[in-house]
Amino acid sequence: MNAIILSALLGVVMMFTSILTKNKSTIRYVAMIGLLVLFIGNLLSHYGIYTMKVDTHNMLSVDNFGIFFNTIAIAATFLYVVLSGRDMEGLGNHLAEYFALIFFVLCGVAILASYNSLLMLFLGVEIMTIPLYILTGADKKNLKSNEASLKYFLMGTFSTGILLMGIALLYGASGNFNITALAAATSATMPGMPTNVMTIINPLGLLFVFIALAFKVSAAPFHFWTPDVYDGAPSVFTSFMATIVKAAGFIALIRLFGGRLEELGLSAKIILPFVIIATLLVGNITAVFQQSVKRMLAYSSIAQAGFMLFSLYGNNDMASEGILLYSAAYSIATIGIFAILIKMKDYTFDGYNGLAKKEPILAATNTIFLMSLAGIPLTAGFFAKYYMLAAAIKANGVSALWLVIVAVLFAAISVYYYFRVVQAMYFKEGDAETTEISVGFKIGLVLLAAIIIIIGIIPSALLNWLYF
Amino acid sequence: MIPVLLIFIPLLSGLVAFFLKEEKAAKSWSLLSTLITLAVTLSGIFIYSHNNELSYDTAWIPSLGSRVSLHMDGMGKMLCLLTAISFPLVFVATYKNSYKQPAAFHALMLLTQGALMGVFLATDALLFYFFWELALIPVYFLCSIWGGEKRIAVTFKFFIYTFVGSLLMLIGILYLHYKTPDLSFSLDSFSHLTYSTKEQNILFLLFFVAFAIKMPIFPLHTWQPDAYEQSPTAVTMILSGVMVKMGIYATLRWLIPMFPNSVNYFGNTIIILSIIGMIYASLIAIKQDDIKRMIAYSSIAHIGLMSAAIFAQNKIGLDGVMIQMFNHGINVIGLWIVANVIEQQLGTRKFSELGGLAQKAPSLAILFVVMALANIALPLTNAFVGEFLMFNGLFQYNVWIAAFAGISIVLAAVYTLNMIQKIFYGNTVVLTNNATDAGKNVKVILAFMVILVILLGVYPQPMIELTKDTVNAILVKQ
Repeated sequence: MNAIILSALLGVVMMFTSILTKNKSTIRYVAMIGLLVLFIGNLLSHYGIYTMKVDTHNMLSVDNFGIFFNTIAIAATFLYVVLSGRDMEGLGNHLAEYFALIFFVLCGVAILASYNSLLMLFLGVEIMTIPLYILTGADKKNLKSNEASLKYFLMGTFSTGILLMGIALLYGASGNFNITALAAATSATMPGMPTNVMTIINPLGLLFVFIALAFKVSAAPFHFWTPDVYDGAPSVFTSFMATIVKAAGFIALIRLFGGRLEELGLSAKIILPFVIIATLLVGNITAVFQQSVKRMLAYSSIAQAGFMLFSLYGNNDMASEGILLYSAAYSIATIGIFAILIKMKDYTFDGYNGLAKKEPILAATNTIFLMSLAGIPLTAGFFAKYYMLAAAIKANGVSALWLVIVAVLFAAISVYYYFRVVQAMYFKEGDAETTEISVGFKIGLVLLAAIIIIIGIIPSALLNWLYF
Repeated sequence: MIPVLLIFIPLLSGLVAFFLKEEKAAKSWSLLSTLITLAVTLSGIFIYSHNNELSYDTAWIPSLGSRVSLHMDGMGKMLCLLTAISFPLVFVATYKNSYKQPAAFHALMLLTQGALMGVFLATDALLFYFFWELALIPVYFLCSIWGGEKRIAVTFKFFIYTFVGSLLMLIGILYLHYKTPDLSFSLDSFSHLTYSTKEQNILFLLFFVAFAIKMPIFPLHTWQPDAYEQSPTAVTMILSGVMVKMGIYATLRWLIPMFPNSVNYFGNTIIILSIIGMIYASLIAIKQDDIKRMIAYSSIAHIGLMSAAIFAQNKIGLDGVMIQMFNHGINVIGLWIVANVIEQQLGTRKFSELGGLAQKAPSLAILFVVMALANIALPLTNAFVGEFLMFNGLFQYNVWIAAFAGISIVLAAVYTLNMIQKIFYGNTVVLTNNATDAGKNVKVILAFMVILVILLGVYPQPMIELTKDTVNAILVKQ
């Protein structure tokens, strides 16, 4: 609860900051302090301390899972602002507004992490994505940014339509927006309706909601907007979109489908594996052929979504723990990679040539981030993938084996494109040009890399939180 | 405590080595570290051998049921000894080689050693997987930064090959984990599971592919000659001397106890593949004109014999595999050391550009000839004992297979003697006119290895005794 209220308030605070001061670093510090306040506020709700008591009529439920995800999202945003906040300044005079929009996005994320009612799901998705349309188009004079924004907006609203349709069907089937009540509806009969209609309407509604959310997390075949939008948006905001926002989409999926995947009927057995494989295929294969690191990261984020979908397929404790770990590992690594990318003058693979000689710390930390995305042991990414595969095998035994084998083969392909960056940095001669790099930035990167390695050696350090 | 020390001394000293500035400091630091590791290994074998100092067990990730459990049995002792001896040998023998960024080079070498120790000591599957992968990462950087011309593509192939294998193994590990009643990763629980035939065969293949790539067994060997050729020689020594033993070790430690029925089911096929690989690699070795490539192919042939002997599954063959794991490590490192001397001094590795080196470097020639004879497994050399036992094992398994595999002995003599002749004898050529004998450090190291070769060739009993417990434990499972 605290996270939702505070983030909305802090968004407003940020807007007023822009009236009070024009000093960019002041604005940045206000945003950082705001994030810390939000972080603490969110933690306090874990101990039952609330800013105000709101009766949500069971539309929101604050549980460990949601609070924990909020913690990850806010911490990741904080690290993101620390590393890349300065780079937002180059995008015009609306710095405070950008931060305000980021706080609003966090508000949407917090709603998605604790919704209990389909209405809240809808509100959360909208609150989260509308600021993103604006952020995508933040670079007003850049045609690509404008195009990306428009594309994102049109596609986004289209998927919202599908989401609403799904919610309407589910409401029709159960007469209730509450997600816990949906299960009961399948077996119930409505007066004046033949029973077999119910058995169709409920799964169909769930399927529509699934499609809409799959669109948000860019799972194939609903991924087409992703590369263009991620590539067109200013890199600073791509970093934010590809990490925290995407993870929130998965949290929304898990909250809705956790424990009730069977109700999708056919889809659990056929549609989901199909979506997983299609996502892995599209993401990995296309990423191999990219020449720009930024575009490669866009496709790789699709590929990562393929792995995250395993949490739905597994659909057990392991899966929900795993998705939290995955969100943290993936977000931290991607934020780091983007923070370095923004500093590069040339976004192609060749632009990284010889970075290890010039900026050894950037190269070393970037290698750790990339290894984490590739899922190599000793990094957080390994345990993230481990949990996903383990959840699938735990839940479905032998029948999951083929899907898991396909997934690891794609993981091996992902090594190819992630390591191309490593090769460029370490093994190729060149003169990687970067903008000026401050000591603070390097410290931030080392901190990020340290977090990844600590989680990679003792993942329980992060996950024990869930149980305390 | 010994196993923990064996892993952490190299890992920590490796991390420290990254921050050393001077080449000399890096070299002496890493030599010191490996000597300490060697001392600890020897104390583990001779002083604390009947002590629970050789085991270590503590919780690692409680929520996953994974433990840090390390144990050093006979085979573990033998391979730790091989790892512990190889690194100082390599460091001394290549002491004169100069590297760009020497600190990073030595640091990565030490990390490799730590990871290898971990592989040979872990008895928890997840931990084993961790070290298995960890051994790959530093080698990837070592080969890609300091390697030859085509290093980037070649090392990448090697990396992806082994990465695919280990991911498949990870699936196998996960599957077994959820089958154990106590949800653990321990070798003990894994080897007490019961499976349906189909299940067992799928799992066997998941593990076997990982190990077969690492060994490598024909037809999964294609990464190996290129990787050996392109790596800096010090790394090649470790790759072929110690790292290929990971595959053989893992087969003996994990595969055979876990899936006895599948081992019987696939055994024949694997033996035939191994022997095809032996003959094929030997034939290609004859055609080579590059010392490194020739030794690489000859190494495939030797490993093929070991894998065939494992799957013959009798005591005599397994005894042979055990000793040969150690002997092959020593012999192949000896050959690489000479190759390194020649390459460093004359700048080429081609037979066709060399000749008559024995006139200029007599003591190098003598030492090399002994190592080369060991490569052919001539009696009185250590390899003879191992190969004899393995052929004996194969003979007990199937006469025809043993006879066919025997061809490779003849072929080994052809390519090895051919190499000696072309490099060391005949008339000197332009390149070798001004050659000098090897440096003192190389001579001392090679002399030490020659003594080891002959000692173990004449009196192999201590080696067989050392690994007896492991062999018996494997045979009991059958």
